[in-house]
Amino acid sequence: MSKHHVTTTINGDPVEYLCEVEQTLLDVLRDDLLMTGSKEGCASGDCGACSVTIDGRLVCSCLVLGVEAEGRRIETIEGMAKGDALHPLQQKFLDHAALQCGVCTPGFLVAAKSLLERNPNPTETEARYWLAGNLCRCTGYDKIIRAVLDAAAEMRRS
Amino acid sequence: MAEATTAPAKRKLKWVGKRAPRPDGVDKVTGRAKFGADLFMSGQLVGKVLRSTLPHARIKSIDISKALALPGVKAIVTRDDFQDMASEFVPAGEMMINYKDVVRNIMAREKVLYEGHPVAAVAATNAAVARQALKLIKVEYEVLPHVIDVDEAMKPGAPLLHEDMITQGVEPAPTKPSNVAKRVQFAVGDIEAGFKKADVIVEREYHTQPVHQGYIEPHACIASVSEDGQADLWVTTQGHYVVRAHCARLLGWDISKLRVTASEIGGGFGGKTVVYLEPVALALAKKAQRPVKMVMTREEVFRASGPAPGAWVKVKIGATKDGRITAAEATMAYQAGAFQGSPVQMGCMCAFAPYDLENVKTVGFDVVTNRPKVAAYRAPGAPISEYAVECALDELADQLKIDPLDLRLKNAAKEGTRAVYGPKFGPIGMVETLEAAKNHAHYTAKLGPNQGRGVASGFWFNIGGETCASINVNEDGTVSLIIGTPDIGGSRASHAQMTAESLGIDLSKVRTIIADTSMLGYTFLTGGSRATFAGGMAANQAAGDVIKQLCSRAAKIWEIPEDAVAYEDGFVKPAGANAGKFPALSIADIAKKAGKTGGPIVGHAQINAQGAGPSLGTHIVDVEVDKETGRVSVLRYTVIQDAGKAVHPSYVEGQFQGGAVQGIGWALSEEYIYGADGRMQNAGFLDYRMPVASDVPMIDTVIVEVPNPRHPYGVRGIGETPIVPPMAAIANAIGHALGTRLYELPMSPPKVLKAIGQNEAKGQGRGH
Ligand code: FES
Ligand code: FES
Repeated sequence: MSKHHVTTTINGDPVEYLCEVEQTLLDVLRDDLLMTGSKEGCASGDCGACSVTIDGRLVCSCLVLGVEAEGRRIETIEGMAKGDALHPLQQKFLDHAALQCGVCTPGFLVAAKSLLERNPNPTETEARYWLAGNLCRCTGYDKIIRAVLDAAAEMRRS
Repeated sequence: MAEATTAPAKRKLKWVGKRAPRPDGVDKVTGRAKFGADLFMSGQLVGKVLRSTLPHARIKSIDISKALALPGVKAIVTRDDFQDMASEFVPAGEMMINYKDVVRNIMAREKVLYEGHPVAAVAATNAAVARQALKLIKVEYEVLPHVIDVDEAMKPGAPLLHEDMITQGVEPAPTKPSNVAKRVQFAVGDIEAGFKKADVIVEREYHTQPVHQGYIEPHACIASVSEDGQADLWVTTQGHYVVRAHCARLLGWDISKLRVTASEIGGGFGGKTVVYLEPVALALAKKAQRPVKMVMTREEVFRASGPAPGAWVKVKIGATKDGRITAAEATMAYQAGAFQGSPVQMGCMCAFAPYDLENVKTVGFDVVTNRPKVAAYRAPGAPISEYAVECALDELADQLKIDPLDLRLKNAAKEGTRAVYGPKFGPIGMVETLEAAKNHAHYTAKLGPNQGRGVASGFWFNIGGETCASINVNEDGTVSLIIGTPDIGGSRASHAQMTAESLGIDLSKVRTIIADTSMLGYTFLTGGSRATFAGGMAANQAAGDVIKQLCSRAAKIWEIPEDAVAYEDGFVKPAGANAGKFPALSIADIAKKAGKTGGPIVGHAQINAQGAGPSLGTHIVDVEVDKETGRVSVLRYTVIQDAGKAVHPSYVEGQFQGGAVQGIGWALSEEYIYGADGRMQNAGFLDYRMPVASDVPMIDTVIVEVPNPRHPYGVRGIGETPIVPPMAAIANAIGHALGTRLYELPMSPPKVLKAIGQNEAKGQGRGH
């Protein structure tokens, strides 16, 4: 069981770590780097609570191996606010009460940010299908979708 | 103790009713908030559970020697590490548990009773070693025949889960054991006579499948026990005081030795009111003398933590031509899982609770089967029996050619109606929600082909219970509210709002903290829709205590009698003969001088909150049925419910919406599927299909407010009722879309297709 050395970038910072081959990126983030903002709801790619982006692509970090981060750019929920300014999506989630327990929230925010980078003006249906990989058991999705559409509108204005 | 104010509901409210910012909000959108699996301790071990792959077997022996010898393994526990417990029922949330069963559920003793039943647990230096150790534990079983289905389990000659189980509630007591733990009955009036008076009688049988609460955060905890026996537990739970009580009891420890801290909780819905990993983690931590972290996998959550029961319900309702119900009867059997204690009693109590009926009888059976022990799930028991009743009522309305809302209005329970389970209702909002439904634009909107509309109502009691609150007035006049109910969906915000209102201060001056079990007296769990109700009551009383102290301190400063001052909007003013003699003192002014006037100012309340008011709701739903695939799409959904008073309307709406969508899953896609081998076949989110964003429309809400006179702000609980009406509303909508009805949940495409096929064979198809 010799560990692999990985050099990567997380939220803009250079990071190095050692990991086992079988460790997922989610395991590395949570257990080794103590970045627990990404959550594990299923470990099988079905809930989206572990969503991160790799080189701008939205992935479930529970389905990516830690070694695959070598030389890539990882973005997690911890990198979403800039200084003391929340990202418009974060602010709109608060304004719209788009979270109840909040455990799905990091995943939804990362996924929604990725949506708006591709499609700054999604329809309700487009938002619903893009976010269909993220499970929320508390909200019934109504306020989440409203928050995403409202954030998109605000980001288009600014 | 002084109430801050007796009838604030009547005065102009500044904070209660506002969509205020949520104290824990920023932490939850930035990933900072710490949930059950997010805490790390120095030297922590990983705990893993060996679970039975058999649904029913006698344990002949457990050999842990090889596993224990594996380098990196620090402790192993089995049944031998837990004392057997005598039979004793204690409340767990809104349900009852028996310690004799709990000790067997956390770790199998004589037998394994379901696939997933824990048999041993290992603490090791990392997950890989722990998993390897589990493989080295040798368990010898004598395989026994199993029974999964509730009807099969009730038959004579069915495999017995508990050889000593004699059905309770039957006279004379049966002489032979069975899988029927209990029979319960509630009755008023004379149903025989009532049915004789009926012009129309509808009699139907309904079936439901177990569904999981589906919280996104799996069960997780980390336990640490020091050499002197002092223990700490960090856990995701709806009630850390309840966890403390159960763990101390199961481990034979003094309660004072164990401090439990509630992490942020990633959903519970009733499922996080019982213990699974917690006593095991503590036992491992004590043995290993190192912290032990345990987290369930999603598969373990499905196989071994409580779903809601599956059931059958037979309903018979009779009415006169003009729609007055003359008699109503329901008989139901609920699966309890491996140990007795399904919520069938609540099913019986709630079945006809929204209605004012003269002759009612409900009978329930609590039946054990080789499945995981059920746990509370939002309004435990009620969604099943009320689903059956609300479907039968809809058929009755069709037969009588009466509008289904009018039929309900004609029979609606009101203030003064006596419930089948005894008490008379205070003011309740059944009529108001029905009228709001009738007047809602949704109810008369046009429908297209293959579309149908359904309505259904729902009832839940709500509870109060033991609750503590403290308000610390800080040196600068800001306040910390300390409360003991974990915040599962915004309750910190509503508690802060009620505190700011009671003290008459700005909301930004209040910070709500959830206490650990050592900081505050016993506080019952977040469940039964009690947190905002009971916590608000306690916070209001604690605020009253603070106000009394502020007044007395001000009087001291002014050197006038205590009763010569008055408190208003965060200021103490001289009153009566002294009015205007001194400038008013703010809380900050008084707090600054607290050291000189008697020390810190702290308000307390410790109450057993009484007077919870039932919450009633009515839902309207439109569906479209794809006749080719059998898929049902929910097109439009409206939830109307009585909140008493919505302290934070956004989170009230959120509860309505979340409950409705869980109900949509229960109605259309969620179910436990078992193979002939007694093993669950869909223990993952891919195959256990909960609604995703693209499955549902926006969920419209109407908050009705019929204030609860027994709460300072008129609050009722609101969290549970929303899951009661959806299944029947959707079934009724499908019935209207197809012109034929389904009697079994979930109404998944194969079942819908079958119903369409049968319908077309009969040549009865119609639009809507
Ligand atoms: S934890 Fe990765 S998708 Fe659920
Ligand atoms: S807010 Fe709880 S799962 Fe989404």
